Amino acid sequence: MKSEHSNGAPKVSLLGTLAVLFEAPGAFELVAQQRIWALADIVREWPEVLEAVPGVTNLMVAWREAPQDVEEYRGALLSAWERALPKEMSGRTIEIPVVYGGARAIDLAAVAAHTGLDRREIIEIHSRVDYTVCAVGSAPGFGYLHGLDVRLACPRKSVPTLRVPAGAVSIGGMQTGVSVVTSPNGWNVIGQAHVSMFDVGREPPSLLSAGDRVRFVIERIDA
Amino acid sequence: MIEVLSSLPLNTVQDLGRKGQRHIGVSTAGAMDAPALALGNCMVGNEPEAAGIEVQTFPFELRFLADLRFAITGANAEATLDGRVVMPWWTRAAREGQVLRLNYPAQGARVYLAFQGGIAVPRILGSRSTDVRSGFGGFEGRFLKRDDRLPLSSVGAQGRAREFGVLPPATALAIGAPDQDIVRVRALRAGEYDRFPVAVQRTFWQSSWHITHQSDRAGYRFSGPKLSTDSHIEMRSYGVVPGLIQVPPGGQPIVQLSDANTAGGYPKIATVIEADLWRLGQARAGDKVMFIDCTYREALEAKAALDAYLARVRREIRLAQYQPDEAVAP
Repeated sequence: MKSEHSNGAPKVSLLGTLAVLFEAPGAFELVAQQRIWALADIVREWPEVLEAVPGVTNLMVAWREAPQDVEEYRGALLSAWERALPKEMSGRTIEIPVVYGGARAIDLAAVAAHTGLDRREIIEIHSRVDYTVCAVGSAPGFGYLHGLDVRLACPRKSVPTLRVPAGAVSIGGMQTGVSVVTSPNGWNVIGQAHVSMFDVGREPPSLLSAGDRVRFVIERIDA
Repeated sequence: MIEVLSSLPLNTVQDLGRKGQRHIGVSTAGAMDAPALALGNCMVGNEPEAAGIEVQTFPFELRFLADLRFAITGANAEATLDGRVVMPWWTRAAREGQVLRLNYPAQGARVYLAFQGGIAVPRILGSRSTDVRSGFGGFEGRFLKRDDRLPLSSVGAQGRAREFGVLPPATALAIGAPDQDIVRVRALRAGEYDRFPVAVQRTFWQSSWHITHQSDRAGYRFSGPKLSTDSHIEMRSYGVVPGLIQVPPGGQPIVQLSDANTAGGYPKIATVIEADLWRLGQARAGDKVMFIDCTYREALEAKAALDAYLARVRREIRLAQYQPDEAVAP
């Protein structure tokens, strides 16, 4: 997938007066994500920062109080990025059993049509590799995973599906993941997992943390 | 303690939101009209961040199980206490057994009920707000329903506060000429703004956007002219804040609100400024919204104006609360 900022400088843009978004240049590669984790560690120490939220090769910096001079702030972020060296995370490996296909996999046919692969190939390729959790976000405990085979890349739907069930395993662009709650979603659903990704009664509540590895295991393939 | 006598779905316990949990994907939740809840709390002697009830489906009815002070803020709903009218943006002392009823608002979408002491549900991940989608926080993580009994924090004596009202923000902070049909909110350009052709940018600012019925606390979906880019923009998922306006490939914008996902991947054209989020919180499905192009400087000034209004009203509330009884008599 070619990204808008695949070459050149990082991009810094405003999210209103509540936050700023820093986007790393270059491809969706693990080393870029490791620098994002390092950048998050740096800006978390800044007093006006409420929260540093890693996304996929980007970082949202949410403020307690918006800075008066936002150009100066942009400069500070860019200079922090220069200092941010890739950070190795010592994550765990988490196995997630998946029922691929069946009535729940509403977009498997669309993914097959888009990729030119058959169902069996999609499932094999999807479950073959270990993925790295780049970031947790969107919904409680949802992990954005790096490592999707480029052959499975499939754009998000032009109109999100209103009710995608918790546990849905899906592909959005060059990303894949497991839904944690039933909610609107624009990703392409190819299977269903039965694990608790998030539980407020658990410490920590989220099954996945940034830096963990995820392995999808074929539990079953439904027609 | 208060007891819910009748409630339709969607009414929840909210405070000012769950801050600092987006890195594990937990939304802020919280009142859609934060200034209304904060001021309601001040009117009953609470801290602004105490928990109250956000009512967005009507009628809603509750019974007071103790003598206590309450306030009604937010949308302009007809309210009665044992059949006697209570004005919006007003506080009164209720007696044990009295029944408060809220009818459908003539204006606005959400009414806030604040109670002396605040609703004493447990804080989860730092907040008492209900996260309905994930089913935690608030009262049992769900919408309120008949027979729910909500505990209140016990606070000191009720004081001698008399009844009083405050100037609503819709009046104090009106934008332009009053126009009941169109909600105007200011917005800052966002990351992909420049990817939209100039004519499309103009369409975005000049159109009045219809809030569709596929709209809730998570976000509003608008309908209007199609906003398209020259080429498809595939984004990597990034953190989302309330007020962010995204344009999915279908070309109909969505504004993210209190219960929004903490991350998203659609191109973003603009962000409604923090100081105007409450205006969206009071907009209803069927209303029309216009976005006003604003600069960062203007956005900070708008926030300062909102803060100044809140500070002024808090001063007035303190004066009203400490007024000796004798001064009340005409």
